[in-house]
Amino acid sequence: MNQLAIPHDHLETLELKNTLKKQKILRWLKGMLFLAPSIILFSIFLFYPLARSIYLSFFLTNNTGVPTVFVGFENYINIFTSPIFRNSLQSTFLFVLYTVPGAIIISLFLAIIANEKLKGIGFFRTMFSSTMGISVAAASVFWMFLFHPTMGWLNQILSYVGVDAIGWLTDPKWALLSVSISTIWMNIGFTFLILLGGLQSIDRYLYESADIDGAGYFYQLRRITLPMLSPTLFFVITVALINAFQTFGQIDMLTRGGPQNQTNLLVYSIYREAFMNYQYGPASAQAIVLFIIILIITLIQFKLGERKVHYQ
Amino acid sequence: MKPVELINISKSYDQEQHVLKEINLTIEKGEFFVLVGPSGSGKSTLLRMIAGLEAITDGKLKFNGKLVNHLPPKDRDLSMVFQNYALYPHLNVEQNILFGLRAKKIAEDEQKRRLMQTTEMLGLSDFLKRKPKELSGGQRQRVALARSIVSESPLCLMDEPLSNLDAKLRAQMRMEIKRIQKKLDLTMIYVTHDQVEAMTMGDRIMVLNDGVIQQVGEPIELNNAPTNLFVASFIGSPKMNIGSAYIENHQIVIEDTLRISADITTVTGWLKERKFTVGIRAEHIKQTTEEHATHQLEVVNVEQLGNETLITFEIGNVLWTAKWLGQWLVSVGDYVPVSISMENIHFYDTNTGDLLKAAEQEKEREGIAL
Amino acid sequence: MTMSLRRKVILYCLLVVSALFLFAPTIIAFSMSFMTNQDIMTGKIIPTSISFENYFHVFQRFPLLKYMFNSFVVSIAIMLGQLALASLAAYAFVFIEFKGRDVLFFLFIATMMVPFEALIIPNFQTIRDLGWIDSYQGLSIPFFAMAFGTFLLRQNFKQIPKELKEASEIAGMGDLKFYLTVVLPVARTSLVTLGVYGFLTSWNMYLWPLLATTDNEYRTVQIGLRQLQSQEQLNEWGVIMAGAIIVVIPTLILLFVGQKKLQQGLAEGALK
Repeated sequence: MNQLAIPHDHLETLELKNTLKKQKILRWLKGMLFLAPSIILFSIFLFYPLARSIYLSFFLTNNTGVPTVFVGFENYINIFTSPIFRNSLQSTFLFVLYTVPGAIIISLFLAIIANEKLKGIGFFRTMFSSTMGISVAAASVFWMFLFHPTMGWLNQILSYVGVDAIGWLTDPKWALLSVSISTIWMNIGFTFLILLGGLQSIDRYLYESADIDGAGYFYQLRRITLPMLSPTLFFVITVALINAFQTFGQIDMLTRGGPQNQTNLLVYSIYREAFMNYQYGPASAQAIVLFIIILIITLIQFKLGERKVHYQ
Repeated sequence: MKPVELINISKSYDQEQHVLKEINLTIEKGEFFVLVGPSGSGKSTLLRMIAGLEAITDGKLKFNGKLVNHLPPKDRDLSMVFQNYALYPHLNVEQNILFGLRAKKIAEDEQKRRLMQTTEMLGLSDFLKRKPKELSGGQRQRVALARSIVSESPLCLMDEPLSNLDAKLRAQMRMEIKRIQKKLDLTMIYVTHDQVEAMTMGDRIMVLNDGVIQQVGEPIELNNAPTNLFVASFIGSPKMNIGSAYIENHQIVIEDTLRISADITTVTGWLKERKFTVGIRAEHIKQTTEEHATHQLEVVNVEQLGNETLITFEIGNVLWTAKWLGQWLVSVGDYVPVSISMENIHFYDTNTGDLLKAAEQEKEREGIAL
Repeated sequence: MTMSLRRKVILYCLLVVSALFLFAPTIIAFSMSFMTNQDIMTGKIIPTSISFENYFHVFQRFPLLKYMFNSFVVSIAIMLGQLALASLAAYAFVFIEFKGRDVLFFLFIATMMVPFEALIIPNFQTIRDLGWIDSYQGLSIPFFAMAFGTFLLRQNFKQIPKELKEASEIAGMGDLKFYLTVVLPVARTSLVTLGVYGFLTSWNMYLWPLLATTDNEYRTVQIGLRQLQSQEQLNEWGVIMAGAIIVVIPTLILLFVGQKKLQQGLAEGALK
């Protein structure tokens, strides 16, 4: 029977191959259909503008943003020789240096004390995460008042202790620090929430076993909590770094980049260059600088995090 | 027309890793067919290929004479029960059971009729409005079963459906599944790693190892004439006692220690000058009186199972276990008289593991390990 | 494990002091929003009499209701858009096997490296050329596609046993139906988490609404607050605070209700 069936079988095999190929194509189409909305929007609002930004950064434009003169790397050379932009970069890095460790250390402390099983702990957790629900604009308004030269609480407290009033937002020496303080406050909510989540995912048997071994509180903190929390900390640091480089709202609300450009952070500088001075070319060059900084941070995160973070 | 035919079916990943090699198999209508093998043997993959959940690399799969390699699962007219039951957690029992019927847009009153019938058969009528997480393991199992039955597909596939249940429930469900299968005249392909399940449920069994068929046959056949050492040690509980052997002075010498007189005329021809391995089932190391004993063996371990006793002896470098019905008060260190008969011994080629000669006498039907 | 009394006392002290410090700016603002100008000028902590005048003023002088409505529309649109797009994409990445899937997934991950702030210039031009300045679609559509959400949902969908998908394949259920009737209901907890997160971030969005609106008709509350602050900076702090409190109330409520879920959900997306 086998021998008789060969020609028929051969046809069957051919047909089979065709159907399987068709099914494969259909599956591909189906997959793409599910992804299409995301891919289309990413293309319009992410990939295209990224390419366009790079393109614009090599041109001078008229004030509606139409490229007019090709200038090569001149925009880049100009911004890096401009004291204003260099100052802006310096302020940005200082700002990052103030806010990232500040927010993380405070949040870590809060997360640790809020991770205990106590009555009413839910209330404290809610309090600690509350700043996540407060918008940049509202938070800036709150702090604007606290920083107010005469009525503000900070200066009132200082005058109680007999210290001279500080021009929190108006003194070039203080402005960046003041903005940083308010930013730390704004970022605590989110950072706290993530760190608390990380702490709660640590297996409590580790602590029970350490208790039996007679390890003290701080020993456990150092030897169990922090090492087990390191992937979470790592993630939080990366997010905080990226967020810090993208800061805009509080600058716009509190200082408008002043005094003496001391708080002219990168994104604010891009905004000012593009939408106030209509210098789209140089602004694009600055935007590319921002993109590269973020790219480097994320790449470092991927590289370092490879061992801990699995994207599978 | 056979309901299921596998012709030279192979499976490999990336053209390298061969999971299944040239499987040929025909399954009869109304048959309870069991695929058994250790984990990683490819038995689940084979079942999933039959279901259409896994692509067939090579070969032909035919249902009722028609090629179905390319058909998606829904067009193969079969039902399947999964190891983890695959119950939809957000649907209640009734919705879970009717899931497939609704997907296929079967008429409402027909749905109702089948639901009534099935839930009554499985004793689920009182749980229809419960969610899966409010059910016990056994009840979930029944829901999965009901979902399969309600489809009224002639072919039913089961992938280790009982492995998440405790031992008692498992024994009960074994009977129930078998009963339903016979009652509805289903063609069943059942995957398990548990040889007891295979032996008790299967009309026919296929033993699979490393993607290669070891033996296909009825349970008795597998027990009485395992075609190779793998099947011999895989089927039966406790597993078959195995030892290397040679012939010397008209005697078979096992593990250099145990000597058994052989009727040389029946064995010399094909055993001479060959390294071979012998196997004997635990129930064939028989308890006997001093005068009928062929050997006196030292006991190294005793397991009292209540209705039977497992006694372990050391034979050279290997441990052999005897299974005696009833309760025997022996203790470690005792020498006990046993009788081992030539006619209960299976002979295997040491190098290939293939059966040279099955035991002559496997008449004792109580000897089938259950 | 029982805790010693001494340790309990220390912990409660730390918790209370930290909570006071952290919540002080909000409390002060809240308290000021009920004060008369007189009280504020004299540096009172607790209002001498509770007055709703500031709230009355802020609604009277500013189209705050209009702003809030706009913010709601935009935030809900973004939330729904993100949920739809992210869950569709995540579904494809988990349940449909097709060629190039891994490359596309990598591309999605890569989009997380591009900060939106670096793209504002061309995006502004795009919206302008589309005539979407001062429109709800201009405020919301650019944020629909979201790598983080896709990633979070993908992690979650992967926990759905693949046998559920296989069982529905055998039952003859197509992908779209399986996505709608099984995947979405089963994964509703993480959809809620992502929704809360999406709403929070959209409501609090600042830079894009600043660029994409010129007209009060479409302005969101955050930009409204900016306007309020720059116009009333000098003395009417009570009114400004009343405005700020109104702006934060919806998000604070959402956060208080969804805090636990958000915390679990975000940690999951971040670390798995």
